[in-house]
Amino acid sequence: MGIEVVVEGLTKSFGKQRIWQDVTLTLPAGEVSVMLGPSGTGKTVFLKSLIGLLKPEKGRVLINGVDMVNSPERDVYETRKLFGLMFQDGALFGSMSLFDNIAFPLREHTRKKESEIRRIVMERIEVVGLLGAEGKLPGEISGGMRKRAGLARALVLDPQIILCDEPDSGLDPVRTAYLSQLLIDLNAQIDATMLIVTHNLDIAATVPDNMGMLFRRELVTFGPREVLLTSEEPVVAQFLDGRREGPIGMSEEKDAATLAAEAGAALSTEARLRRIVPQLEPSPGLPPRQAVTRRRQRVMSMIDRLPPAARSAIRETYAASPEAPTLPMPAAGSGT
Amino acid sequence: MITGALRQTGRLFALAAEVSRAIFRRPFQFREFVEQFWFIAGVTVLPAALVSIPFGAVIALQVGSLTQQLGAQSFTGGASVLAVVQQASPLIVALLIAGAGGSAICADLGSRKIREELDAMEVMGVSPVQRLVVPRVLATMGVAVLLNGLVSVVGTLGGYFFNVILQDGTPGAYLSSFSALAQLSDLYISELKALVFGFIAGVVAAYRGLNPRGGPKGVGDAVNQSVVITFLLLFFVNMVMTAIYLQIVPPKGG
Repeated sequence: MGIEVVVEGLTKSFGKQRIWQDVTLTLPAGEVSVMLGPSGTGKTVFLKSLIGLLKPEKGRVLINGVDMVNSPERDVYETRKLFGLMFQDGALFGSMSLFDNIAFPLREHTRKKESEIRRIVMERIEVVGLLGAEGKLPGEISGGMRKRAGLARALVLDPQIILCDEPDSGLDPVRTAYLSQLLIDLNAQIDATMLIVTHNLDIAATVPDNMGMLFRRELVTFGPREVLLTSEEPVVAQFLDGRREGPIGMSEEKDAATLAAEAGAALSTEARLRRIVPQLEPSPGLPPRQAVTRRRQRVMSMIDRLPPAARSAIRETYAASPEAPTLPMPAAGSGT
Repeated sequence: MITGALRQTGRLFALAAEVSRAIFRRPFQFREFVEQFWFIAGVTVLPAALVSIPFGAVIALQVGSLTQQLGAQSFTGGASVLAVVQQASPLIVALLIAGAGGSAICADLGSRKIREELDAMEVMGVSPVQRLVVPRVLATMGVAVLLNGLVSVVGTLGGYFFNVILQDGTPGAYLSSFSALAQLSDLYISELKALVFGFIAGVVAAYRGLNPRGGPKGVGDAVNQSVVITFLLLFFVNMVMTAIYLQIVPPKGG
């Protein structure tokens, strides 16, 4: 089972420029979370802070009792072995073949025999669909393949926490859909805590258990996916609808005058209805996601504190699969 | 401006300290060390030999002409061998290690940094300092020491050739003045200098390579700076080490 990641009051600046401040959230163990945000809101910086590559000025990131921000370097290095991070463009070692790239963590951290390493690596290569390309250098393959190879490398040590930095960027919609399915399948197989940073709405709608959004140097919200998907918060609504009207501007955020002008104009957007798309299920033949049961208990215990819209959305979702929430059963026999 | 320079200096020293500590941390990256050693030796050996022949010759000619005017021609050999072994040789080594080896190290690490390879390595719990920098620094040190021996020999031979052939010096006088003026500790300080220069060249190249500023252009700038900084540091350190050596080791002739 994955490990819980607790973030408390995290604040990061580069020089005078504040990236985000006072970010507090908990990634529940074994669940899939998505962090949304317009481009340039520091999503990647957030990921790198979680893993201790960047050091925020304030706050803590607690994993197994180790604070990735302030703990001694030795502990941080040790804790990083629990992570798998998929970089935006793969970040493969340019001088090594794909096989050696994916074998790298095994060769560095384990004393496995070469035959054993070969078996594990080929298994992972098959999972991400790169069989036959293992001898190629990263410079010889497409961006999408590099990304998948990066994912394979992140998975090779059986990580407890998987972080994905924009898994969709540079991929076509079909490949993105496959990747979404792959991430859910992975979660079912190894039950790792996952955080996906993206601005892809399809991934956001179908993959996560929990969602958050960064905007204007702050965490707008973080919680069960229904909360964000039903949110009336202007930023969230604008982002999920992908429209121009709203607080998000081209550069970063709009000034007050533009906003006022927009408010004066008749908005046709209120009427637009967002439907909550069902979450992806693991591929047939894979074990059910254990996180689903845990999440259900967790969400039901906090349901009274959620906004009404989210509450009814959650009830609706769970009503569809009352007893065995891990299987996409038809709602036969359910009274409501 | 001043705080910026001080901060850079501090971080350079911090990296030097970290490298020194990581040298003793297991596991030692033997493969990487051998590869780097081979690479640095490959790019420096030939130019070093080619530079050292004219360098030895120039010193021999200059010293020969001076001693001739003073009537101390029999000491030409000793004087020129001291100049070659103690000063010329470590400096030639330093220039080549920094110019050929250091620039390659800096460019390599810098391009890895901007491709996020080093971040990826850290994320996998592998320290880039231990995995990449330590083998490179050790390789520059090792190559510097060995190269220094080569340059000393080739430089001395060059000096001998020019003195005996062109200036009509006698081979016997040239050789016997070796042992009259030069002593073994001159060779030791020469090798020690080469070792220190190798360390400095390696660490400075690694430091600039690990901290390039803004994209591919930053890597080019970093390489340029690393060579310039290394030269400045090496000449300064050379002066200090020479001054200390001349103070504490009594010259043989006296």
